[in-house]
Parts: sequence; C-alpha cells; structure tokens
Amino acid sequence: MRTIHTEEIIKNIKEMCIEANHYLTDDMVLALTKAADMEKSPLGKQVLCQLQDNLQIASKDMIPICQDTGMSVVFLEIGQNVHIEGGLLTEAINEGVRQGYKEGYLRKSVVKDPILRENTKDNTPAVIHYDIVEGDKVKLIVAPKGFGSENMSRVFMLKPADGLEGVKNSILTAVQDAGPNACPPMVVGVGIGGTFEKCAILAKKALTRSVGERSQIPYVREMEEELLSKINQSGIGPGGLGGSITALAVNINTYPTHIAGLPVAVNICCHVNRHCVRIL
Amino acid sequence: MGIFMNRYLTVPCEEKVIKELRSGDYVYITGTIYTARDAAHKRMYEALDQSEKLPFDVKDNMIYYMGPSPAREGRPIGSAGPTTASRMDKYTPSLLEIGLKGMIGKGKRSDAVKQAIIRNKAVYFAAVGGAGALLSKSIIKSEIIAYEDLGTEAIRKLEVKDFPVIVVIDTEGNDLYESAVEMYKEN
Repeated sequence: MRTIHTEEIIKNIKEMCIEANHYLTDDMVLALTKAADMEKSPLGKQVLCQLQDNLQIASKDMIPICQDTGMSVVFLEIGQNVHIEGGLLTEAINEGVRQGYKEGYLRKSVVKDPILRENTKDNTPAVIHYDIVEGDKVKLIVAPKGFGSENMSRVFMLKPADGLEGVKNSILTAVQDAGPNACPPMVVGVGIGGTFEKCAILAKKALTRSVGERSQIPYVREMEEELLSKINQSGIGPGGLGGSITALAVNINTYPTHIAGLPVAVNICCHVNRHCVRIL
Repeated sequence: MGIFMNRYLTVPCEEKVIKELRSGDYVYITGTIYTARDAAHKRMYEALDQSEKLPFDVKDNMIYYMGPSPAREGRPIGSAGPTTASRMDKYTPSLLEIGLKGMIGKGKRSDAVKQAIIRNKAVYFAAVGGAGALLSKSIIKSEIIAYEDLGTEAIRKLEVKDFPVIVVIDTEGNDLYESAVEMYKEN
C-alpha cells in the first residue's frame, strides 16, 4: 500500500490548471502548424497563423490561450493499492482548482446553480471522473473545457439497425451543426456504445488522446480517418470562415453496449484542446 | 476571394461608413467599444422593458461579446477573445432598433438578427475565437462601467487599437459563414 497525501494532489491540480490554460500539448501544436501549411483558403491560413501567434503570446506573456478557461474536467485513474491521506480526495481536487484559477489569473466561469446562475467565484466544483485501476500510482488528467464547443456537443441514441452508417451520419451532423460556433479547426471526440452517460464520458476522454494517435481497432481507425477527410471537405474551415481544415482529428472510443442500443456521443472541442497529464 | 478589402475603422462611426463594409472585409477597429455577454444582455433587455436607461448609450456604438480572464498587474486586461454570438440573439434586435451599429463575436446569427441588421443598417463582425491572448494585445484600456457584480460578465468600456475583425454580416445581409463555406465545400 502506497500513501499519497492530499497536499500533493492539491499542488499538482493547481499547477496543471495553470499549465493547461497556457500551453497546448506538443501533438496539438504540431497539428496546428501542419494545418497552417495545408490550408487552401487565404483567410483560413491567416486565421491559423493568428492561432500560432496566439499560442506564442500565451506562453511568453502568461495570458490564457483563450479567455474561456473552461469548466475543469478531471479524470483520475487511481491504483487500488494507493491510500489517500489528509482529507477527502474530491475536496483536494476542488482546492487545487480553486488555487489554480486564482493564482493563474484564470477566468471563473462556473455558476452554482444552472437556473439561479450565481458565480461560485473560484471555478469550483470540477467535474471529476474516477476510475479504479491496478497498481500503486495515480494518473491525473486535467482538461479545462470551454463551452463554445461544449454547447455544440450531442448525444444520439441510435438503433442497432442504424449501424456504422448511422454513426457516421450522426458525427457529421453534429460537426455540420457546430460550424463556426465551435471555433474550428476542432477536435472531435466520439464515444460509441455503453449507456447514455457512458458514451458521453467516452467522448470526453477521447479528446484527451493525442490527435496524432489512431484507434487500435481496425474499423474504428478507418472510421476516424474517413470522417476526418469528410469533415475537411465540408468547407467550414478555420474560424468557420471557409477553408479546407475544419478538424484536426476525430478520436473515437468504443465500449460494449446493450442488445437494443447504439448510443453515440459527439463531444466537440475547439482548437484550444487543453489537457495536462501527470502520474503521481 | 481577392475582392475583399483591408480597412481601418474608427469607432463610433456614422452609418455611411458602416454601409461601405462588405461581408469578407478584414477590418482593424480603433476607438471605443463596449463588452456585454449573456448576463449583461439579459439585464439591458429587462431595463429596456421597464423603460429604464441603459448603462451606456448604444446609439452608433459597438458591442463586443466578451468576458475576459483577470488582468495581471500592470496590464489592462487578461485573455480577451469573442464568445458565441447566438446566445445573444434573443436580445439583439431590441438593441439594434435603438441604434446599436455593430457587434463583434463569433458564430452564426439567427434570421431575426439578420433581418434587424439589414433594417437598421448595422454590421456583425467575427474576431478569431480562441485567440484571446493575441486579441488582448489590441486592447489598450479597460474600465468596468456597469453591473460590476457580474464579474467577468460586467459591462466594460474598452479602448482598442487596430483590433482585428472580419465582416461576417454586412448591412445588406450578406453572410460570410454561408458564402465562404460554399466556396470550399467539396462534397
């Protein structure tokens, strides 16, 4: 049994909130650089060059990449031989978010109640997904999620008879409807299978996979490649102002499902696809 | 695409200048603009409903749909990119009817907003979404003038210099989101 103190969780979550909002991961930076080279529209190219300048300014001057510094989504994979000491883990994560958003000059975008809408003023609570795994480590993923693209995300409860074509059409419909609102070039996270909520979590987690990494499952990999190509033929382009680069990647995760169902979730993320990963 | 122009615009400005702008033009804005997003729009809409005075005279002015991240010491503002405009669609026609001349945001507008833009000879610009660090460099001064309790959603008066935007919907109702996408569509 290994012991991890909540102080260590708080410190890491705090740093990860700040890091994720100022620096994109290398795979995203590379994908955006390639996109600027490949874009056919002059205006689209100009937008992509501005996004590269934006990333440089963000890291150099410590200004968040986007003013929407998101709602904090945190994935935890906790080895079952880990003992957490020093208080409740959930509270430690929220304390890390609280400190990170204050010290990092990040925007507080969370309201206490969806109808009454009073700002909590510290960006808590986070949305936390726990997973128990083998071993004695804790993997933390902090993924601040902006709502321009979150609002364009969808869940489709398809019928088994809708099959692969139905799944593809759902994904293309969601992307088409999102258009300029989701700040393209976007990353499309997809979850297929499970239940209503499981497919949505799969889609969210898919956004944290490297944009350069394809699925291990042959038909899923093919679908990822085919859909990316189709999405880039849509004409939406960078900023929705027309062009040949509308998405940087389609990341699909699958899970077993019920004999009567075929749930599909499409979680769209803008080009500021933020996540920070640490293993304690 | 070669017909689109680079223009420099000083705001607030007269209607005849707005009428010269064409969907697709790249415009650098200099002058005074005001921020307002969801919660501030709701309050202004309710104020209009009660025949109360608005926190600033919208006539001939421009609203930037933006809620910044906090400014670090010595800086006028934090990250400051546009938010999705369609969430303001419900409130926008009323503001256009009383003289609002321009909006800066991102994303599609409703038909009702488009018709109000045409009727009132106004313009809808897009700034590049997700480029808040870059855009903050064109904001020289920021001052909260109303609804301070709304935090990031308070109304701010901004002084901007060469703030880069693109004309999406012009006074005739031409919409770049529709025309440009058609140009690059391959399926």
